[in-house]
Amino acid sequence: MAFLSFNGVGIRGLAAAVPAHKIKNRSYTEYFSAEEVSEIVDKTGIEERRFAEAGVCSSDLCQAAAEKLISDLEIDKSEIDLLVFVSQTPDYRMPATSVLLQDRLGLSKQTMAFDLSLGCSAFVYSLSVVFSLVQQGTIRKALLLDGETRSRAYYPKDRRVAFLFGDGGVAALIEKNEKYGQSFFSLNSDGSRGDLIKIKSGGYRFPSSIESIQERVVDDHGNISTDEHGAMNGADVFNFVIEEIPNDINSILDKAGITKEEPDFFVFHQANAFMNGYLAKKMKLPVEKVPSCIREFGNTSSVSIPLTMVSQLKGKMEGSKKVLLCGFGVGMSWASAVMDFKDCWISELVEV
Amino acid sequence: METEFLNLIKEAFEIEDRMLDMADRFKEFDEWDSLTQLTLIAELDEKFGVVIKMDDFKNITTLLDLYNEILSRKA
Repeated sequence: MAFLSFNGVGIRGLAAAVPAHKIKNRSYTEYFSAEEVSEIVDKTGIEERRFAEAGVCSSDLCQAAAEKLISDLEIDKSEIDLLVFVSQTPDYRMPATSVLLQDRLGLSKQTMAFDLSLGCSAFVYSLSVVFSLVQQGTIRKALLLDGETRSRAYYPKDRRVAFLFGDGGVAALIEKNEKYGQSFFSLNSDGSRGDLIKIKSGGYRFPSSIESIQERVVDDHGNISTDEHGAMNGADVFNFVIEEIPNDINSILDKAGITKEEPDFFVFHQANAFMNGYLAKKMKLPVEKVPSCIREFGNTSSVSIPLTMVSQLKGKMEGSKKVLLCGFGVGMSWASAVMDFKDCWISELVEV
Repeated sequence: METEFLNLIKEAFEIEDRMLDMADRFKEFDEWDSLTQLTLIAELDEKFGVVIKMDDFKNITTLLDLYNEILSRKA
């Protein structure tokens, strides 16, 4: 099992940017009736989402969040030695978006920059990578940028996915400092369930073609999509969550040597209100310790954990806080962490 | 146990207008869709502690089949 622990590395601050353009799900009725949409919204709890305007990429949202964070924390850009960009909606297939962001953010050419491609588990996964590099000792400041424009990855005529996903970008500043205590990570993968959430075409296994962009009926209920858009088996994703996530949380609590009562907050990937509600109930977690932003931003994939922190925990992170993070999804890939926060700065949410 | 199971199905599918029979082919119900599947999965986990993947539902036709599947997995 992949289990990592760190000492003296922490997140100094977090910022998030979302598109100003709001989609109100109950009036998003171009392809489905208001009654049908309401049934979906009642179940998923997703009232609103943010959609990036045409031409705006995940990296633009991340850039806005990064500029805000750098300015709020009065960071000297020349001290940023590491930039990691996490996304499955990058600007290009090549070059890596992180490298372009090095220039767009005005960082030094000595910045180490690379991309990581994972979905809903990615924030926790990439934190473990950044923490490893920062703990090494010579990186002064690290910028973790995590952005998604998942609204574009799913087809609006497939009701199983059309009302779930939204866009956003976050920035986290990570530093070595002895004030931070221990943090613990559990990282997992199960490629046998790779078909549960998938965009089939557009990579090198099934390159984009005339066929891949054609609309077709994809199930018995008459949902329509294309091979260029995401397909999701929501029921089995839920089965996966029930089978794997409570165990992983118990295991990371055990590794951290703490009980379920000790974390100040449990921040989960925001999948949908039904799934998250069931998970919290199954784990017997008190509602006030489980912040959620699913109602106003929907499922933003890897962005959802830090976006929940920025939108819900501002003013609640002063002093020493122990926070459990847990991300799970496409892959299937899942990761949990128990993190020690000390006066974590949270910027005002930026609208782009 | 069988009554408990039928009540669970009625609740999961939000069926109020009719009685259910163990011979019913539940996947043909209007209520069987991706939303009710989520409720059913939660109920099966909570009440019986079993997880049944969608692939396995291919071999399950009637409520009796589902009931027997639950019993065999619990055993």
